[in-house]
Amino acid sequence: MTIVAARQLTKEYVAGDITVPAIRGVDFSIEAGSFVSFVGPSGSGKSTLLNMIGCLDPPTSGSLEVVGKDVAGLRSSESARFRGEHIGFIFQDFNLIPVLTVFENIEYPLIMVQNWPVRKRRQQVERLLEAVGMQDQANKYPGQISGGQKQRVAVARALVTNAKLVLADEPTANLDRDTANRIISLMKTMRDEFDTTFIFSTHDPKVVKNAEIVFALEDGLLQTESNGQGGSHV
Amino acid sequence: MYNIFKIAARNLLRYKRRTLLTSILITLGVVAVLLFVSVSGSFKSLMVGQITDSMLGHLQVHRKGYIASIDSLPLNRNLQGKQVAKVKEVLDASPEVEAYSMRIKLGAMFSNYNETTNIRINAVNPKQEQQASPMLTGRILQGEKEGLLDKGEILVPELIAKGMKVKVGDTIVLVATNKDGLVNGQPFVVRGILESISGPGGRDGYIHLSDAKTLLRIDKPEVSEIAIRLKEMDTLPDVLANLKEALGGILNKQGKPVFEVHSWEKLSPFSKIAAMIDLMTLFIKIMLVAIVLVSIMNVMIMSVYERIHEIGTIAAIGTSPSKILALFLTEGLLLGILGTLIGLVISLLAIAGMNVSSISFDFGRQKDLLLAPVISTTDVLLVVGIVIAVAVIGSLQPAWKASRMNPITALRHV
Ligand SMILES: Nc1ncnc2c1ncn2[C@@H]1O[C@H](COP(=O)(O)OP(=O)(O)OP(=O)(O)O)[C@@H](O)[C@H]1O
Ligand SMILES: [Mg+2]
Repeated sequence: MTIVAARQLTKEYVAGDITVPAIRGVDFSIEAGSFVSFVGPSGSGKSTLLNMIGCLDPPTSGSLEVVGKDVAGLRSSESARFRGEHIGFIFQDFNLIPVLTVFENIEYPLIMVQNWPVRKRRQQVERLLEAVGMQDQANKYPGQISGGQKQRVAVARALVTNAKLVLADEPTANLDRDTANRIISLMKTMRDEFDTTFIFSTHDPKVVKNAEIVFALEDGLLQTESNGQGGSHV
Repeated sequence: MYNIFKIAARNLLRYKRRTLLTSILITLGVVAVLLFVSVSGSFKSLMVGQITDSMLGHLQVHRKGYIASIDSLPLNRNLQGKQVAKVKEVLDASPEVEAYSMRIKLGAMFSNYNETTNIRINAVNPKQEQQASPMLTGRILQGEKEGLLDKGEILVPELIAKGMKVKVGDTIVLVATNKDGLVNGQPFVVRGILESISGPGGRDGYIHLSDAKTLLRIDKPEVSEIAIRLKEMDTLPDVLANLKEALGGILNKQGKPVFEVHSWEKLSPFSKIAAMIDLMTLFIKIMLVAIVLVSIMNVMIMSVYERIHEIGTIAAIGTSPSKILALFLTEGLLLGILGTLIGLVISLLAIAGMNVSSISFDFGRQKDLLLAPVISTTDVLLVVGIVIAVAVIGSLQPAWKASRMNPITALRHV
């Protein structure tokens, strides 16, 4: 099953008189359950592409289908609902809510985005805490844990709604090499356990090698699609 | 809902000092308003009570045109027998009326056998007068209070007693001219000395109604003024309207109205002071609204600005704009409630404290008026309601801005 399909997708930013073509007509499709990475130098359009897939930014032209829905023309209120239902996000600087504990951060989407009953919510958060190995840090605040631990919590938060697609823009850019590798392998484990599609971007070749499918971007164009060294998922 | 409150409360705690400063500002505003309302309100009701309960009554009925020339106390503008009976009939049928007093007002010469001065006199039926002006007896500084006054006796106002050097038990003479121009004199025994009060009639003397009749050689019943006391002051507008309707329609042979009805406000200059107090209360309330609005808006604008990145995050993961709006509105609401509650507690304690320490003040010639501030539940609820509503209104613009943020722009913000 295809979870993301793009045809002649373009994105132009208009700043005053200048038009910046950030994505210049790309075609690709991603199968559900894949572990995909977009790589490329700074300014190549990785964030732009991920933002379009994540329904945070509408394309300028072309078609884009995400989780079976044409999202190219979604209005902002519809896209907020769509994101809340189907997509999980992991950010470069973790973006946990500082006034909430680890437990509450993971619980947040189940309360404020979806509307889960208390008992089910507790169970689900416990399950995710355990999956990312943070069960004994549940009552700490983000300010009291390390960067790698924060990103584990962020992974749990992205998965807690049982999202079928998780997007991560440079999830390891603020982590040291070892921690970065551990986060990437955690994501992969999660893909296996929750049957979720992971799409992440990076410019770090060492991180890329963990991906199963690698799309190389340059100057807003897709250069190659290759199987990474991470092995193919069937 | 509970979770929105939880997050909002935690965000307030995150910036403790700022939250504290803002709530102190709101607290100060609330305290200022509540104390002003209670102190000025009790001053007002004290003064109003004194004016209505010791002299004016709540309402007065006169012959048409009497008030316009009241300075000369014109005897030719008294109400005559049938007219008095008509008013009596209307008043006796009004359940709101507690009592009324029929007075003859006259100007006279007051002589202690050495010197003479002018005096304004109310001739009253003591029983009626005591019921209609319950505080009059309390104004008797020297002399027997019980029964107010008997035939042949006079209550002399403080100032004249001092100026003319008369004491309780002395005999004085009143000389008056009746409406036909006949001059007549009559001796009176000083029964008591009356304390002066602010307002019209506050420096008048009192004699018995039947003495006025002999002094002025009146044979038929005749009255200058009917002072009416109500059971409840709140019914004043209704009773005023009823009386105006019942009496206003009665015309004389020339087709002009016979009676005029006035409320105490029309008869006393203090009503202007009372109106000023009300105006000041309004201004202070407007100030409170401004303080709350500006401080809450200021703090919420900062709050939103500092948390743009966070707003971007929660918007990106799918929090709906209405939830984001609610989150920030709740924050403003809680801040408003916090400031209001502290302010309320301080104000109520201060009001209780003022009552315990019996603060007194002087007004005009009067000394040692006891200040007994009270605040009504209505006023408390009104102030609390206004502050909390304004706190929410003040958060509206920043909260709206937060809810409309584009997640990407917000996430890119550093
Ligand atoms: N809001 C914007 N307005 C104008 N130009 C933009 C905007 N966002 C991105 N761009 C431009 O689009 C191009 C692609 O940017 P993008 O952020 O997608 O690159 P990237 O591959 O994510 O880079 P990096 O590795 O530095 O994150 C760049 O030339 C960038 O300057
Ligand atoms: Mg980027």
